[in-house]
Amino acid sequence: MRIISAKKITEAVANLCLKANCSLREDVLRRIRSVYRSEPNKKAKAALADIIKNAEIAHREKMAICQDTGLPIVFIEIGQEVRIKGDLKKAINSGIIKGYKKGNFRESIVSNPLKRNKPSYRGAVIHMELVKGSRIKITVMPKGFGCENKSTLKMFLPTAGIDEIKEFVVGAVKSAGPDACPPYVVGVGIGGGAEYAGFLAKKALLKRGVSPNEARGAVSGLERDLLNRINKLKIGPMGLGGKTTALAVNVETYPTHIAGLPIAVNLSCHALRSATVIL
Amino acid sequence: MKDKIKTNNIRFEQLKSGNAISFSGIIYTVRDQAHKRLITDLKKGKKLPFDIKGAVIYYCGPTKAPQGKVIGSCGPTTSSRMDEFTPFLLQKGLKGMIGKGRRSKDVIAAIKKYKGVYFLASAGCGALISKYVKKAEQVAYADLGPEQILRLKVENLPLIVAIDSRGRSIYGKD
Repeated sequence: MRIISAKKITEAVANLCLKANCSLREDVLRRIRSVYRSEPNKKAKAALADIIKNAEIAHREKMAICQDTGLPIVFIEIGQEVRIKGDLKKAINSGIIKGYKKGNFRESIVSNPLKRNKPSYRGAVIHMELVKGSRIKITVMPKGFGCENKSTLKMFLPTAGIDEIKEFVVGAVKSAGPDACPPYVVGVGIGGGAEYAGFLAKKALLKRGVSPNEARGAVSGLERDLLNRINKLKIGPMGLGGKTTALAVNVETYPTHIAGLPIAVNLSCHALRSATVIL
Repeated sequence: MKDKIKTNNIRFEQLKSGNAISFSGIIYTVRDQAHKRLITDLKKGKKLPFDIKGAVIYYCGPTKAPQGKVIGSCGPTTSSRMDEFTPFLLQKGLKGMIGKGRRSKDVIAAIKKYKGVYFLASAGCGALISKYVKKAEQVAYADLGPEQILRLKVENLPLIVAIDSRGRSIYGKD
Protein backbone atom coordinates (compact mmCIF):
# COMPACT_ATOMS: atom_id res chain seq x y z
CA MET A 1 0.00 0.00 0.00
CA ARG A 2 1.44 3.34 -1.06
CA ILE A 3 0.94 6.15 1.41
CA ILE A 4 0.45 9.74 0.32
CA SER A 5 0.05 12.49 2.89
CA ALA A 6 -2.77 15.00 2.77
CA LYS A 7 -0.11 17.70 3.04
CA LYS A 8 1.43 16.58 -0.24
CA ILE A 9 -1.98 16.83 -1.89
CA THR A 10 -2.49 20.35 -0.52
CA GLU A 11 0.87 21.43 -1.99
CA ALA A 12 0.08 19.84 -5.35
CA VAL A 13 -3.35 21.49 -5.58
CA ALA A 14 -1.91 24.90 -4.63
CA ASN A 15 0.68 24.64 -7.41
CA LEU A 16 -1.95 23.55 -9.93
CA CYS A 17 -4.10 26.59 -9.09
CA LEU A 18 -1.17 28.91 -9.82
CA LYS A 19 -0.19 27.13 -13.01
CA ALA A 20 -3.72 26.86 -14.40
CA ASN A 21 -4.65 30.48 -13.71
CA CYS A 22 -1.45 32.14 -14.94
CA SER A 23 -0.22 29.95 -17.79
CA LEU A 24 -2.66 29.22 -20.57
CA ARG A 25 -2.73 25.55 -21.59
CA GLU A 26 -0.18 24.94 -24.33
CA ASP A 27 -2.67 23.21 -26.63
CA VAL A 28 -5.09 26.12 -26.26
CA LEU A 29 -2.43 28.76 -26.91
CA ARG A 30 -1.11 26.82 -29.90
CA ARG A 31 -4.60 26.66 -31.37
CA ILE A 32 -5.21 30.40 -30.80
CA ARG A 33 -1.91 31.23 -32.51
CA SER A 34 -2.90 29.01 -35.42
CA VAL A 35 -6.33 30.63 -35.92
CA TYR A 36 -4.69 34.05 -35.54
CA ARG A 37 -2.40 33.30 -38.48
CA SER A 38 -5.25 32.26 -40.75
CA GLU A 39 -7.85 34.90 -39.75
CA PRO A 40 -8.58 37.29 -42.64
CA ASN A 41 -11.01 39.54 -40.72
CA LYS A 42 -9.00 42.51 -39.37
CA LYS A 43 -11.09 43.16 -36.25
CA ALA A 44 -11.14 39.48 -35.35
CA LYS A 45 -7.38 39.26 -35.91
CA ALA A 46 -6.80 42.25 -33.60
CA ALA A 47 -8.94 40.61 -30.91
CA LEU A 48 -6.95 37.37 -31.25
CA ALA A 49 -3.70 39.35 -31.03
CA ASP A 50 -4.92 40.81 -27.72
CA ILE A 51 -5.74 37.34 -26.43
CA ILE A 52 -2.21 36.12 -27.25
CA LYS A 53 -0.64 39.23 -25.73
CA ASN A 54 -2.75 38.78 -22.61
CA ALA A 55 -1.61 35.17 -22.21
CA GLU A 56 2.02 36.23 -22.56
CA ILE A 57 1.70 39.00 -19.95
CA ALA A 58 -0.09 36.66 -17.53
CA HIS A 59 2.60 33.98 -17.89
CA ARG A 60 5.51 36.39 -17.64
CA GLU A 61 4.20 38.40 -14.70
CA LYS A 62 2.46 35.49 -12.94
CA MET A 63 -0.87 37.28 -13.13
CA ALA A 64 -4.28 35.73 -13.61
CA ILE A 65 -5.10 35.28 -17.31
CA CYS A 66 -8.61 36.42 -16.50
CA GLN A 67 -9.98 38.28 -13.48
CA ASP A 68 -12.57 35.54 -13.23
CA THR A 69 -10.31 32.97 -11.64
CA GLY A 70 -13.36 30.80 -11.66
CA LEU A 71 -15.10 28.20 -9.66
CA PRO A 72 -12.30 25.68 -9.09
CA ILE A 73 -13.34 22.30 -10.44
CA VAL A 74 -11.09 19.51 -9.18
CA PHE A 75 -10.93 16.12 -10.87
CA ILE A 76 -9.12 13.58 -8.77
CA GLU A 77 -8.44 9.98 -9.75
CA ILE A 78 -7.22 7.88 -6.86
CA GLY A 79 -5.53 4.57 -7.39
CA GLN A 80 -7.12 1.94 -5.19
CA GLU A 81 -3.71 0.87 -3.92
CA VAL A 82 -3.06 4.28 -2.38
CA ARG A 83 -3.82 5.17 1.18
CA ILE A 84 -4.22 8.85 1.95
CA LYS A 85 -2.98 9.91 5.34
CA GLY A 86 -5.23 12.73 6.53
CA ASP A 87 -8.46 14.34 5.39
CA LEU A 88 -8.53 14.35 1.57
CA LYS A 89 -11.35 16.85 0.99
CA LYS A 90 -9.89 19.22 3.53
CA ALA A 91 -6.49 18.84 1.89
CA ILE A 92 -7.89 19.75 -1.53
CA ASN A 93 -9.77 22.79 -0.23
CA SER A 94 -6.72 23.96 1.73
CA GLY A 95 -4.68 23.66 -1.46
CA ILE A 96 -7.18 25.79 -3.37
CA ILE A 97 -7.15 28.49 -0.69
CA LYS A 98 -3.36 28.43 -0.48
CA GLY A 99 -2.87 28.67 -4.24
CA TYR A 100 -5.54 31.32 -4.75
CA LYS A 101 -4.15 33.46 -1.91
CA LYS A 102 -0.62 33.21 -3.24
CA GLY A 103 -1.73 34.16 -6.74
CA ASN A 104 -3.82 37.13 -5.52
CA PHE A 105 -6.73 35.51 -7.32
CA ARG A 106 -10.30 36.60 -6.95
CA GLU A 107 -12.59 35.47 -4.17
CA SER A 108 -15.49 34.45 -6.38
CA ILE A 109 -17.36 31.88 -4.30
CA VAL A 110 -20.40 32.61 -2.12
CA SER A 111 -20.94 29.89 0.47
CA ASN A 112 -24.68 30.44 0.47
CA PRO A 113 -25.96 30.63 -3.11
CA LEU A 114 -29.23 32.27 -2.03
CA LYS A 115 -28.03 34.71 0.61
CA ARG A 116 -25.02 35.74 -1.50
CA ASN A 117 -22.73 36.50 1.44
CA LYS A 118 -19.21 37.95 1.09
CA PRO A 119 -17.30 35.85 -1.45
CA SER A 120 -14.31 33.72 -0.47
CA TYR A 121 -12.11 30.93 -1.87
CA ARG A 122 -13.98 28.16 -0.10
CA GLY A 123 -16.14 25.64 -1.93
CA ALA A 124 -14.36 23.96 -4.82
CA VAL A 125 -16.35 21.37 -6.77
CA ILE A 126 -14.61 18.02 -6.39
CA HIS A 127 -15.11 15.03 -8.67
CA MET A 128 -13.50 11.89 -7.25
CA GLU A 129 -12.98 8.62 -9.00
CA LEU A 130 -11.43 5.41 -7.77
CA VAL A 131 -9.20 3.82 -10.42
CA LYS A 132 -6.67 0.99 -10.78
CA GLY A 133 -3.10 1.38 -9.60
CA SER A 134 -1.14 3.26 -6.98
CA ARG A 135 -1.07 6.82 -8.22
CA ILE A 136 -3.17 9.92 -7.78
CA LYS A 137 -4.00 12.16 -10.72
CA ILE A 138 -5.20 15.66 -9.88
CA THR A 139 -6.55 18.24 -12.32
CA VAL A 140 -7.60 21.74 -11.35
CA MET A 141 -9.84 23.61 -13.77
CA PRO A 142 -10.67 27.19 -12.80
CA LYS A 143 -13.95 27.60 -14.64
CA GLY A 144 -15.08 31.13 -15.44
CA PHE A 145 -18.79 31.71 -15.01
CA GLY A 146 -19.50 33.94 -17.99
CA CYS A 147 -19.25 30.82 -20.12
CA GLU A 148 -20.52 28.41 -17.47
CA ASN A 149 -23.78 30.39 -17.47
CA LYS A 150 -24.26 29.45 -21.12
CA SER A 151 -24.16 25.72 -20.46
CA THR A 152 -27.22 23.66 -21.20
CA LEU A 153 -28.77 20.20 -20.96
CA LYS A 154 -31.50 18.56 -23.00
CA MET A 155 -33.08 15.16 -22.56
CA PHE A 156 -33.64 14.00 -26.15
CA LEU A 157 -35.92 11.21 -27.25
CA PRO A 158 -34.02 7.99 -27.97
CA THR A 159 -35.30 8.21 -31.54
CA ALA A 160 -33.76 11.65 -32.12
CA GLY A 161 -31.75 12.02 -35.31
CA ILE A 162 -28.15 13.17 -35.46
CA ASP A 163 -29.13 16.43 -37.19
CA GLU A 164 -31.41 17.34 -34.31
CA ILE A 165 -28.54 16.76 -31.92
CA LYS A 166 -26.12 18.82 -33.96
CA GLU A 167 -28.64 21.65 -34.13
CA PHE A 168 -28.91 21.65 -30.35
CA VAL A 169 -25.14 21.96 -29.89
CA VAL A 170 -24.79 24.65 -32.56
CA GLY A 171 -27.83 26.41 -31.07
CA ALA A 172 -26.18 26.54 -27.65
CA VAL A 173 -23.21 28.40 -29.15
CA LYS A 174 -25.48 30.66 -31.17
CA SER A 175 -27.42 31.57 -28.06
CA ALA A 176 -24.19 32.38 -26.17
CA GLY A 177 -23.32 34.64 -29.09
CA PRO A 178 -20.62 37.22 -28.32
CA ASP A 179 -21.36 37.28 -24.57
CA ALA A 180 -19.11 34.60 -23.10
CA CYS A 181 -15.68 35.38 -24.61
CA PRO A 182 -15.52 33.58 -27.94
CA PRO A 183 -13.75 31.82 -29.58
CA TYR A 184 -15.13 29.01 -27.46
CA VAL A 185 -14.11 25.47 -26.71
CA VAL A 186 -17.30 23.43 -26.77
CA GLY A 187 -17.60 20.44 -24.47
CA VAL A 188 -20.37 17.98 -25.32
CA GLY A 189 -21.49 15.13 -23.07
CA ILE A 190 -23.67 12.46 -24.60
CA GLY A 191 -25.26 9.66 -22.61
CA GLY A 192 -25.44 8.56 -18.98
CA GLY A 193 -28.11 10.29 -16.89
CA ALA A 194 -28.80 14.02 -16.62
CA GLU A 195 -26.05 14.68 -14.06
CA TYR A 196 -23.53 12.46 -15.83
CA ALA A 197 -24.06 14.10 -19.23
CA GLY A 198 -23.26 17.42 -17.54
CA PHE A 199 -20.14 15.93 -16.00
CA LEU A 200 -19.02 14.49 -19.35
CA ALA A 201 -19.51 17.83 -21.08
CA LYS A 202 -17.19 19.48 -18.60
CA LYS A 203 -14.70 16.63 -18.69
CA ALA A 204 -14.63 16.92 -22.48
CA LEU A 205 -12.97 20.31 -22.04
CA LEU A 206 -9.98 18.53 -20.53
CA LYS A 207 -9.26 16.51 -23.65
CA ARG A 208 -5.78 17.28 -24.80
CA GLY A 209 -5.17 18.41 -28.32
CA VAL A 210 -7.62 21.24 -28.75
CA SER A 211 -7.22 20.98 -32.49
CA PRO A 212 -9.46 19.37 -35.08
CA ASN A 213 -6.47 17.66 -36.70
CA GLU A 214 -5.57 15.93 -33.51
CA ALA A 215 -9.07 14.68 -32.82
CA ARG A 216 -9.22 10.92 -32.67
CA GLY A 217 -11.65 8.14 -31.98
CA ALA A 218 -15.23 7.36 -32.88
CA VAL A 219 -16.54 10.88 -32.31
CA SER A 220 -13.89 12.74 -34.31
CA GLY A 221 -16.18 13.01 -37.36
CA LEU A 222 -18.94 14.48 -35.22
CA GLU A 223 -16.49 16.89 -33.57
CA ARG A 224 -15.20 18.09 -36.94
CA ASP A 225 -18.67 18.56 -38.36
CA LEU A 226 -19.88 20.46 -35.30
CA LEU A 227 -16.80 22.68 -35.43
CA ASN A 228 -17.43 23.52 -39.08
CA ARG A 229 -21.08 24.33 -38.43
CA ILE A 230 -20.25 26.47 -35.39
CA ASN A 231 -17.61 28.42 -37.27
CA LYS A 232 -20.17 29.16 -39.98
CA LEU A 233 -22.05 31.20 -37.36
CA LYS A 234 -19.33 33.84 -37.83
CA ILE A 235 -19.68 35.16 -34.29
CA GLY A 236 -15.90 35.38 -34.06
CA PRO A 237 -13.53 36.67 -31.37
CA MET A 238 -15.35 39.23 -29.16
CA GLY A 239 -18.31 38.78 -31.48
CA LEU A 240 -16.62 40.91 -34.12
CA GLY A 241 -17.03 38.37 -36.92
CA GLY A 242 -14.42 36.28 -38.70
CA LYS A 243 -14.05 32.59 -39.17
CA THR A 244 -13.24 31.44 -35.63
CA THR A 245 -16.23 31.10 -33.34
CA ALA A 246 -14.94 27.92 -31.72
CA LEU A 247 -11.39 26.67 -31.30
CA ALA A 248 -12.54 23.09 -30.88
CA VAL A 249 -15.47 20.82 -30.15
CA ASN A 250 -14.77 17.91 -27.81
CA VAL A 251 -17.29 15.12 -27.37
CA GLU A 252 -17.42 12.51 -24.59
CA THR A 253 -19.91 9.65 -24.66
CA TYR A 254 -21.20 7.05 -22.21
CA PRO A 255 -23.83 4.29 -22.36
CA THR A 256 -27.37 5.43 -21.64
CA HIS A 257 -30.91 4.08 -21.17
CA ILE A 258 -33.09 2.75 -24.02
CA ALA A 259 -35.70 5.38 -23.19
CA GLY A 260 -33.51 8.44 -23.46
CA LEU A 261 -30.57 10.42 -24.78
CA PRO A 262 -29.21 13.12 -22.46
CA ILE A 263 -27.03 15.73 -24.16
CA ALA A 264 -25.19 18.45 -22.30
CA VAL A 265 -23.13 21.33 -23.62
CA ASN A 266 -20.50 23.01 -21.46
CA LEU A 267 -18.93 26.08 -23.00
CA SER A 268 -15.50 27.38 -22.22
CA CYS A 269 -14.29 30.86 -23.09
CA HIS A 270 -11.03 31.16 -25.04
CA ALA A 271 -9.19 31.13 -21.72
CA LEU A 272 -9.69 27.41 -21.16
CA ARG A 273 -7.59 26.79 -18.10
CA SER A 274 -6.55 23.57 -16.43
CA ALA A 275 -3.43 21.94 -15.01
CA THR A 276 -2.74 18.32 -14.10
CA VAL A 277 -0.26 16.47 -11.93
CA ILE A 278 0.30 12.79 -11.22
CA LEU A 279 1.50 11.87 -7.74
CA MET B 1 -6.48 53.12 -37.22
CA LYS B 2 -8.21 56.12 -38.79
CA ASP B 3 -11.14 56.21 -36.43
CA LYS B 4 -9.00 56.18 -33.30
CA ILE B 5 -10.14 59.01 -31.09
CA LYS B 6 -9.01 60.19 -27.69
CA THR B 7 -12.10 60.64 -25.59
CA ASN B 8 -10.57 63.15 -23.17
CA ASN B 9 -12.17 66.03 -25.00
CA ILE B 10 -14.79 64.33 -27.07
CA ARG B 11 -18.53 64.35 -26.57
CA PHE B 12 -19.97 60.87 -26.37
CA GLU B 13 -22.67 61.85 -28.86
CA GLN B 14 -20.04 62.05 -31.59
CA LEU B 15 -18.98 58.43 -31.24
CA LYS B 16 -20.22 55.89 -33.76
CA SER B 17 -20.85 52.22 -33.28
CA GLY B 18 -17.76 50.36 -34.52
CA ASN B 19 -15.29 53.14 -33.63
CA ALA B 20 -12.11 52.00 -31.94
CA ILE B 21 -11.12 54.58 -29.35
CA SER B 22 -8.66 54.96 -26.53
CA PHE B 23 -10.22 56.23 -23.37
CA SER B 24 -8.54 58.23 -20.65
CA GLY B 25 -10.38 59.26 -17.55
CA ILE B 26 -12.26 57.97 -14.52
CA ILE B 27 -14.36 54.82 -14.53
CA TYR B 28 -16.15 53.03 -11.68
CA THR B 29 -16.24 49.25 -11.35
CA VAL B 30 -19.85 48.25 -10.75
CA ARG B 31 -21.18 44.73 -11.30
CA ASP B 32 -24.11 42.55 -10.22
CA GLN B 33 -24.64 43.08 -6.48
CA ALA B 34 -23.41 46.67 -6.55
CA HIS B 35 -26.04 47.41 -9.23
CA LYS B 36 -28.71 45.97 -6.99
CA ARG B 37 -27.59 48.21 -4.13
CA LEU B 38 -27.33 51.35 -6.25
CA ILE B 39 -30.87 50.87 -7.51
CA THR B 40 -32.21 50.20 -4.01
CA ASP B 41 -30.51 53.37 -2.74
CA LEU B 42 -31.77 55.45 -5.65
CA LYS B 43 -35.31 54.27 -5.11
CA LYS B 44 -35.09 55.18 -1.43
CA GLY B 45 -33.81 58.61 -2.41
CA LYS B 46 -30.43 58.00 -0.75
CA LYS B 47 -27.23 59.64 -1.91
CA LEU B 48 -25.10 57.33 -4.04
CA PRO B 49 -21.45 56.64 -3.18
CA PHE B 50 -20.39 58.39 -6.40
CA ASP B 51 -22.01 60.90 -8.71
CA ILE B 52 -23.88 58.92 -11.34
CA LYS B 53 -24.42 62.02 -13.52
CA GLY B 54 -22.04 61.81 -16.43
CA ALA B 55 -20.30 58.75 -14.96
CA VAL B 56 -18.78 55.83 -16.85
CA ILE B 57 -19.11 52.43 -15.21
CA TYR B 58 -17.10 49.32 -15.91
CA TYR B 59 -18.62 45.87 -15.44
CA CYS B 60 -15.62 44.38 -13.72
CA GLY B 61 -14.57 42.53 -10.59
CA PRO B 62 -10.77 42.52 -10.59
CA THR B 63 -8.43 40.06 -8.93
CA LYS B 64 -6.45 41.40 -5.98
CA ALA B 65 -3.53 43.69 -6.73
CA PRO B 66 -0.24 41.76 -6.56
CA GLN B 67 2.54 43.52 -4.66
CA GLY B 68 3.88 46.46 -6.64
CA LYS B 69 0.90 46.62 -8.98
CA VAL B 70 -2.01 49.07 -9.06
CA ILE B 71 -4.56 46.36 -9.76
CA GLY B 72 -4.75 42.70 -10.67
CA SER B 73 -6.35 41.19 -13.73
CA CYS B 74 -9.36 43.35 -14.62
CA GLY B 75 -11.24 42.43 -17.77
CA PRO B 76 -14.94 43.01 -18.44
CA THR B 77 -17.71 40.71 -17.26
CA THR B 78 -20.88 39.81 -19.20
CA SER B 79 -22.93 43.01 -19.55
CA SER B 80 -26.34 41.44 -20.11
CA ARG B 81 -26.63 40.48 -16.44
CA MET B 82 -26.83 44.19 -15.68
CA ASP B 83 -29.57 44.85 -18.27
CA GLU B 84 -32.46 44.95 -15.83
CA PHE B 85 -30.77 47.76 -13.84
CA THR B 86 -29.30 49.82 -16.69
CA PRO B 87 -32.27 51.86 -18.02
CA PHE B 88 -32.90 53.30 -14.54
CA LEU B 89 -29.24 54.29 -14.13
CA LEU B 90 -29.25 55.92 -17.55
CA GLN B 91 -32.33 57.86 -16.54
CA LYS B 92 -30.41 59.09 -13.50
CA GLY B 93 -27.58 60.39 -15.64
CA LEU B 94 -25.23 57.45 -16.28
CA LYS B 95 -23.31 58.24 -19.45
CA GLY B 96 -21.10 55.30 -20.36
CA MET B 97 -20.83 51.58 -19.77
CA ILE B 98 -17.94 49.25 -20.49
CA GLY B 99 -18.41 45.50 -20.68
CA LYS B 100 -18.63 42.56 -23.04
CA GLY B 101 -21.42 41.08 -25.14
CA ARG B 102 -24.93 42.08 -26.12
CA ARG B 103 -27.50 44.33 -24.41
CA SER B 104 -31.28 44.00 -24.28
CA LYS B 105 -33.70 45.96 -26.44
CA ASP B 106 -34.72 47.99 -23.38
CA VAL B 107 -31.12 48.95 -22.72
CA ILE B 108 -30.57 49.96 -26.35
CA ALA B 109 -33.74 52.10 -26.25
CA ALA B 110 -32.61 53.75 -23.00
CA ILE B 111 -29.13 54.42 -24.41
CA LYS B 112 -30.79 56.18 -27.32
CA LYS B 113 -33.21 58.12 -25.13
CA TYR B 114 -30.63 59.35 -22.62
CA LYS B 115 -27.73 59.64 -25.08
CA GLY B 116 -25.44 57.12 -23.44
CA VAL B 117 -22.74 54.93 -24.99
CA TYR B 118 -21.91 51.26 -24.45
CA PHE B 119 -18.34 50.14 -25.04
CA LEU B 120 -16.61 46.80 -25.37
CA ALA B 121 -13.27 46.17 -23.66
CA SER B 122 -10.99 43.28 -24.70
CA ALA B 123 -12.95 40.29 -23.44
CA GLY B 124 -10.94 37.77 -21.47
CA CYS B 125 -7.82 39.94 -21.50
CA GLY B 126 -7.69 41.07 -17.88
CA ALA B 127 -3.92 40.97 -17.52
CA LEU B 128 -3.51 43.14 -20.61
CA ILE B 129 -6.17 45.66 -19.49
CA SER B 130 -4.49 46.06 -16.08
CA LYS B 131 -1.65 47.85 -17.89
CA TYR B 132 -3.95 50.79 -18.67
CA VAL B 133 -5.07 51.31 -15.08
CA LYS B 134 -2.97 53.95 -13.36
CA LYS B 135 -4.82 54.26 -10.07
CA ALA B 136 -7.44 52.26 -8.15
CA GLU B 137 -9.29 53.48 -5.05
CA GLN B 138 -12.03 51.94 -2.95
CA VAL B 139 -15.31 53.81 -3.14
CA ALA B 140 -18.01 51.68 -1.49
CA TYR B 141 -19.46 48.29 -0.55
CA ALA B 142 -16.18 46.76 0.65
CA ASP B 143 -18.24 43.90 2.08
CA LEU B 144 -18.95 42.74 -1.46
CA GLY B 145 -15.29 41.78 -1.90
CA PRO B 146 -14.46 41.71 -5.61
CA GLU B 147 -17.85 43.26 -6.37
CA GLN B 148 -17.15 46.45 -4.43
CA ILE B 149 -17.09 49.77 -6.27
CA LEU B 150 -13.63 51.00 -7.24
CA ARG B 151 -12.68 54.28 -8.84
CA LEU B 152 -10.16 53.61 -11.60
CA LYS B 153 -8.04 56.12 -13.41
CA VAL B 154 -7.29 54.74 -16.86
CA GLU B 155 -5.04 56.00 -19.61
CA ASN B 156 -5.47 55.15 -23.28
CA LEU B 157 -7.67 52.16 -22.56
CA PRO B 158 -8.60 50.63 -25.93
CA LEU B 159 -12.38 50.33 -26.34
CA ILE B 160 -14.79 49.66 -29.16
CA VAL B 161 -18.05 51.58 -29.38
CA ALA B 162 -20.68 48.81 -29.35
CA ILE B 163 -23.87 50.87 -29.02
CA ASP B 164 -23.72 54.57 -29.80
CA SER B 165 -25.97 57.35 -28.52
CA ARG B 166 -28.28 56.86 -31.50
CA GLY B 167 -28.85 53.26 -30.52
CA ARG B 168 -26.83 51.73 -33.35
CA SER B 169 -25.30 48.41 -32.31
CA ILE B 170 -22.13 46.72 -33.54
CA TYR B 171 -24.00 43.39 -33.30
CA GLY B 172 -26.76 44.48 -35.69
CA LYS B 173 -30.41 44.44 -34.74
CA ASP B 174 -30.51 41.23 -32.72
